[in-house]
Amino acid sequence: MTLHTVNKSPFEANSLETCLRLARSGHNVLLFEDGVYGASKGTRFEALITEAMQKQNCKIHVLLPDFEARGMSTDNIISGIETVDYAGFVDLVTKNERVQSWL
Amino acid sequence: MASIDVNGKSVEVDEEGYLVDLTKWTKEAAEILSAQDELVLTDNHWEVITFLREYYEEYQIAPAVRVLTKAIGKKLGPEKGNSKYLYELFPYGPAKQACRFAGLPKPTGCV
Amino acid sequence: MEEGGATKKFLYVNRRAPYGSIYALESLEVVLIGAAFEQDVSLAFIDDGVYQLKKGQSTDGIGMKNFSPTYNALGDYDINKIYVDKDSLEERGLTLDDLMNLTWEDETDNYAEKPSISLVNSEELAALMEQQDVVLSF
Repeated sequence: MTLHTVNKSPFEANSLETCLRLARSGHNVLLFEDGVYGASKGTRFEALITEAMQKQNCKIHVLLPDFEARGMSTDNIISGIETVDYAGFVDLVTKNERVQSWL
Repeated sequence: MASIDVNGKSVEVDEEGYLVDLTKWTKEAAEILSAQDELVLTDNHWEVITFLREYYEEYQIAPAVRVLTKAIGKKLGPEKGNSKYLYELFPYGPAKQACRFAGLPKPTGCV
Repeated sequence: MEEGGATKKFLYVNRRAPYGSIYALESLEVVLIGAAFEQDVSLAFIDDGVYQLKKGQSTDGIGMKNFSPTYNALGDYDINKIYVDKDSLEERGLTLDDLMNLTWEDETDNYAEKPSISLVNSEELAALMEQQDVVLSF
């Protein structure tokens, strides 16, 4: 199993799009740093995220401290995305066989 | 790193005498820092120091001297909101010196 | 800049999100330092730059300084022309209500608090850029 991490805003880089294009069924995706903007409701990337969860069966996570730093609350998270803290980040890293960082 | 002694506790200051950690500030620290400049703090000094601390708390910056002068004038009246009055209180510069006593960083834009 | 020289029009263009890179904080510091020169300053927030003005930032969890309250001090520095690109807000699912309510006090109007932020469309933003003497990008 693979953990994909995305730390760039989807508006600034195409990391999220490429990541979701190549992530396979059952893979985990973690959004952190400026990548967390992809987890917020109402952006033009919402459909892409939703599709990755529903059709590709990807599990998407967002690092809550980074999300809150940027003025977003859990109400703003696209439903189906799971929040994690730093310990949860570490758990994801350890339970996956490899980490693919989309820098 | 240099430090000052506040009631037996060592508090770190940078090379220009500003507190490194603003949460370590106490009234005693302000008095020790002003004594180093051979200044005795009066109520008028404290008015400005308190104002600066409140300003920092709200905006997370130490105001430039122009901003400080204007804001003091608005809050405490025109007889206090002018450079002459503030320079008499803080001869090394109302923003720089008063910020140092208030435990704040050097005002943004001051060299 | 020379003492008593002509006032120039400066526009600071902010296009990066806060915290993920240093651009937003650097820009804010340059704006505050530059305010000492008493020029005609405007700020534009475009693309991810609009996130700099998002309400409710709370950085306790990431161990970085929350510099968003400092935008509220811009009015004290006589910086009250803040333009936010409407298209950038919309593609992020945000509205003016999601941004901090930045204001300035009009001394010529009994210190009335007035809003500093204006939403602008592409036409207006392009026109604003064309009026400038200096454009600084962050």
